[in-house]
Amino acid sequence: MLRSISIIGMLFLLVACKGNNEKFPERYGFGRLASQAEIDSQNISIRPDGHGLPAGSGIAATGKVIYLAKCAMCHGPTGTEPTANRLVAPFGDTTKSKTIGNYWPYATTIFDYIRRAMPFNAPGSLTNEEVYHLTAFLLCSNHIIDSTKIINQVTLPEIVMPAKHLYVDDDRKGGNEVK
Amino acid sequence: MDQEKKLPRRAMIKAAAISATAAFVGKVNLPATEQPTNDDPTKIQGTPPGKVGTRSPFEQPSKKASDISGRTPLQDLYGIITPSDLHFERSHAGVPAINPDKYELLIHGMVERPMIFKLKDLKRFPAISRIAFIECSGNFRSGKETMTPQEICGLTSQSEWTGVMLSTLFREVGVSPKATWFLAEGSDAAVMTRSIPVEKGWKDAMIAYGQNGEAIRPEQGYPARLFLPGWEGNMNVKWIRRIELSDQPFMTREETSKYTETIKDHKIRQFSFDMDARSIITYPSYPQEVEKGWIEIRGIAWSGRGKIERVEISTDGGKHWQYARLQEPVLDKAHTYFRYLWHWDGSPTEIMSRAVDDTGYYQPFLKQLIDARGAEMGGYHLNPVTSWLIERGGRVLFKPEKWK
Ligand code: HEC
Repeated sequence: MLRSISIIGMLFLLVACKGNNEKFPERYGFGRLASQAEIDSQNISIRPDGHGLPAGSGIAATGKVIYLAKCAMCHGPTGTEPTANRLVAPFGDTTKSKTIGNYWPYATTIFDYIRRAMPFNAPGSLTNEEVYHLTAFLLCSNHIIDSTKIINQVTLPEIVMPAKHLYVDDDRKGGNEVK
Repeated sequence: MDQEKKLPRRAMIKAAAISATAAFVGKVNLPATEQPTNDDPTKIQGTPPGKVGTRSPFEQPSKKASDISGRTPLQDLYGIITPSDLHFERSHAGVPAINPDKYELLIHGMVERPMIFKLKDLKRFPAISRIAFIECSGNFRSGKETMTPQEICGLTSQSEWTGVMLSTLFREVGVSPKATWFLAEGSDAAVMTRSIPVEKGWKDAMIAYGQNGEAIRPEQGYPARLFLPGWEGNMNVKWIRRIELSDQPFMTREETSKYTETIKDHKIRQFSFDMDARSIITYPSYPQEVEKGWIEIRGIAWSGRGKIERVEISTDGGKHWQYARLQEPVLDKAHTYFRYLWHWDGSPTEIMSRAVDDTGYYQPFLKQLIDARGAEMGGYHLNPVTSWLIERGGRVLFKPEKWK
């Protein structure tokens, strides 16, 4: 009896060793389809071509009022203050801090980032309109637009940021070289 | 009296042991060396089994935390797996508390079927486990002699990650062949986002829910995170809630304003995904002290591009190099442990290690990095050879090098 069990055991082992016959389907049918409403409720990303920007518009003067009320406490009254996260230093400025004006390659990122993560103490609390105003204020403070420019889903992606031409793709690729 | 007699002996022993434990636990706040121990542990019953294990009170490895990160105590570890509670952490808005029953991952954009997966759905797919490191690309600090490996480069850790291959999910939703990038988005208060080439998603990306055999820790992305073997830590988006397939990168703040580096001619290098090969001697290192005679030099080496081919050790300030012994397993894109036996004659010297990976890449000296990237080089992707100075008396100090 014992012997026959071990022979059967050995046969199984042999089969297992000989080959694995699992079949992996193309699809498993786990999870469910997402509705458009579900997608819209989460999809807050903005692309550099403006895809994803909501309706609304903003202007620097209004942005300044919002900035003073909701942002200045951490970023300084004008944004040029040498805080850990300095927001204003126009291109060519001799400061070593990296800012929207001297480092950011796309203006759409300002809208995307402020809307998703700022103010730091109340993330996600701003209306689209407020974010447009703040974006206009920060672009104006960094000398990228003038104070009359209206920022909306058409004009924001058109802005060419001063540092954009400095960006290059990573070309490190291993091997015996230091890059 | 009878009652007492009837108590089974085992229960009595347990009760005694529990009260002994309670007395012991009550003193746990004391520094380890002041805690009561038994001179002769063979004469008293030990602690009974518990629900979770504990560290010896004599061992107090800890992360070194700032407002934004906690660093792994590399100098306290003996192997390649980082205990999960010592895994480094870096977050941009703290660690969110997520209910696993409410957790959902949405995949949409350039797909045939936009879909939502609950955690239990993710766990039903065929899973894989992989041991590999995750390292923050801003993982180099210097400046003073009294720095530990933890302070110099403690933003790297290694776990066994378990989860579903992203390629499996890509097939499930039917990713368009025209999609070239995908956005990964976290559900922390930073709503962290990074753009990742779709190619990496098909190749070896994973949605991980397991870490070292248990559920992933909150600091590492509970209940699920993106895991991109060998690529900079920030892209391994934790608490992942959404993946959007696209035909272009999204240019998020974390891939423009941050995680890009200044190189020569004021150029700004972007999408520097791979973590280049690196190593560090963790013993002897500051603040340890050594004695004349035999010393086993120990440390870890790793590369985001493949396996560690070898580690070279110098005990004379870089004049001569010897091969270290590599401890198996030597895994792809993984911390690899190395050792080198050395006889120290007691004279002051400088020891260092240099990793070589299987692409033939040599871990550079800081000077080589400066020559390649310019004196204004940014702080990301710095992987220089790290030296320790050993003084006559056996004191070990970091050799900081200035570049700015
Ligand atoms: C409580 C302090 C605080 C407040 C209030 C605050 N921020 Fe911030 N801000 C931060 C911190 C901290 C960071 C860096 C976060 C990080 O790196 O993850 C930051 C980063 C930023 C950045 C990115 C900077 C860069 O160069 O990458 C922008 C833009 C920004 N904040 C805009 C705003 C705006 C607009 C407001 C007002 C609506 C605001 N912040 C309010 C603390 C604050």
